[in-house]
Amino acid sequence: MSIFSSDTPTSGDLIGSKSSVGRRTFLRFAGISSVSAMALTTLACEDHRPAPLNGAVDLGAGDVGIMNLAYSQEQLEVAFYSQVVQTPYANISSEELAFFTDLRDRERTHLELFKYLLGDKAIPMLTPNFSSVDFSSRESVLKTGHTFEDLGVAALNGAGRFVTDMELLALSGKIVSVEARHAALLRDLLHPKSQAMGFAGDDIITTDTGLDRAFLPPQVVMMAQPFIQQKISAERLPKA
Amino acid sequence: MNIFQLFSDIESVDADAPEKLSFYSRRFFLRKGSKAATAVALPMALASISQEAFAQSTEVQEVLNFALKLEYLEEDFYKKALAEATFDFGADRPVFEQIHKHEASHVKLLQTALGAAAAPKPALKYDAFPDVFTNYQTFLIVAQAFEDTGVRAYKGQAPKLYKLPELTTALQIHAVEARHAAEVRRLREGRVWVTKNESDGAPAAVYAGEENTVQKVDVRTLGPGFSDIVVTEAFDEPLTKEAVLEIVKPFGVA
Repeated sequence: MSIFSSDTPTSGDLIGSKSSVGRRTFLRFAGISSVSAMALTTLACEDHRPAPLNGAVDLGAGDVGIMNLAYSQEQLEVAFYSQVVQTPYANISSEELAFFTDLRDRERTHLELFKYLLGDKAIPMLTPNFSSVDFSSRESVLKTGHTFEDLGVAALNGAGRFVTDMELLALSGKIVSVEARHAALLRDLLHPKSQAMGFAGDDIITTDTGLDRAFLPPQVVMMAQPFIQQKISAERLPKA
Repeated sequence: MNIFQLFSDIESVDADAPEKLSFYSRRFFLRKGSKAATAVALPMALASISQEAFAQSTEVQEVLNFALKLEYLEEDFYKKALAEATFDFGADRPVFEQIHKHEASHVKLLQTALGAAAAPKPALKYDAFPDVFTNYQTFLIVAQAFEDTGVRAYKGQAPKLYKLPELTTALQIHAVEARHAAEVRRLREGRVWVTKNESDGAPAAVYAGEENTVQKVDVRTLGPGFSDIVVTEAFDEPLTKEAVLEIVKPFGVA
């Protein structure tokens, strides 16, 4: 909800007013989500409903927690790309502006799907904190974008073996490779064809084993936390 | 000492090993292989977990060998192209050196994980695309097909590695293949995403089923502007082992 608020000029109303998906539309879909009883099978039988934890937003436990973790990443990405599209850096090429619009719209489908599947177990809409991002700088924007995408990949890679519901496992597989495509795109725009820092650069892929990263939930939250106003807790998700 | 094999063996025997052995330490070993860190941390980590280590289950071995065969193909393909192609890679050469480096690492990693159970490298052939090493555009099409097929292949095997430590490794490779696919697509001046089942010059079987829009619910119904293009690009679809083997059969993989 607070992602739509206008009380923080730098971060408020990122998805809403100027984009084609208005605030009201978004809320309407949120409403549809909350009454959907078609959540994944395990979600229905286990009470892993997130609860406030010392004022923090608790992601919850089990598959719900993993979905909320992914959902929080998608929220961050959608808010970020929405802001980039609304206030693009100077002299942005039409190609790059189209890329950011495409990235926003594809992440939006992930966001809406997680919201739908989570139903009333979804964490609230988070308020992003992009104070460290210089939206007028191409380099800052591309770097932040690929940082989010790289993190999204690492989050789903690390969470995979803790997933209980087979359908959720299949779904995260379908999403994680798209996040990897996004990461590669943004990295290639910033460091074209670079072995050191490009699409699958040595700074992110192990040079001896050729592996992308896999992070445990607490590590994901730790790295995402600076970009989110609310305190996020992965207390009930696997730590090892 | 083969760290990867060791952890993989230990974890397949001792179900609690992942809990006992810190994920971070394990990643650190795999990533850095730092002698100093290993010397200190490894005995401590091993002291608390099973001494016995057996090979993976037959099913896991089958998955890893299937992956190994695809990696053999990719590694061989790029090695051959970088060494023998008559076209000039120009500024794209570092891209394919990087991709080849990763594929070679994957081959080694999987061979190591499988040990004596590792499948031998098959006799590979590329005559299904006669100008693949003389025409750069053909080379790019085949590279894209291999990478996108790789993404779909790993995705299809994930359920067979349910809850296993090998799943993490497979996902880590899977994401690298997706990065490769995106880059090759960019070199072709195409989209990084798979749009519907558009094959764009590659064999149609590589993209069969990518037109799917239903992920538990038809995602097109979840928001305004969620068109066929947007939704199919936002979700990559898996392929069965059988479908993948059919795609790579002309190259000598069985």
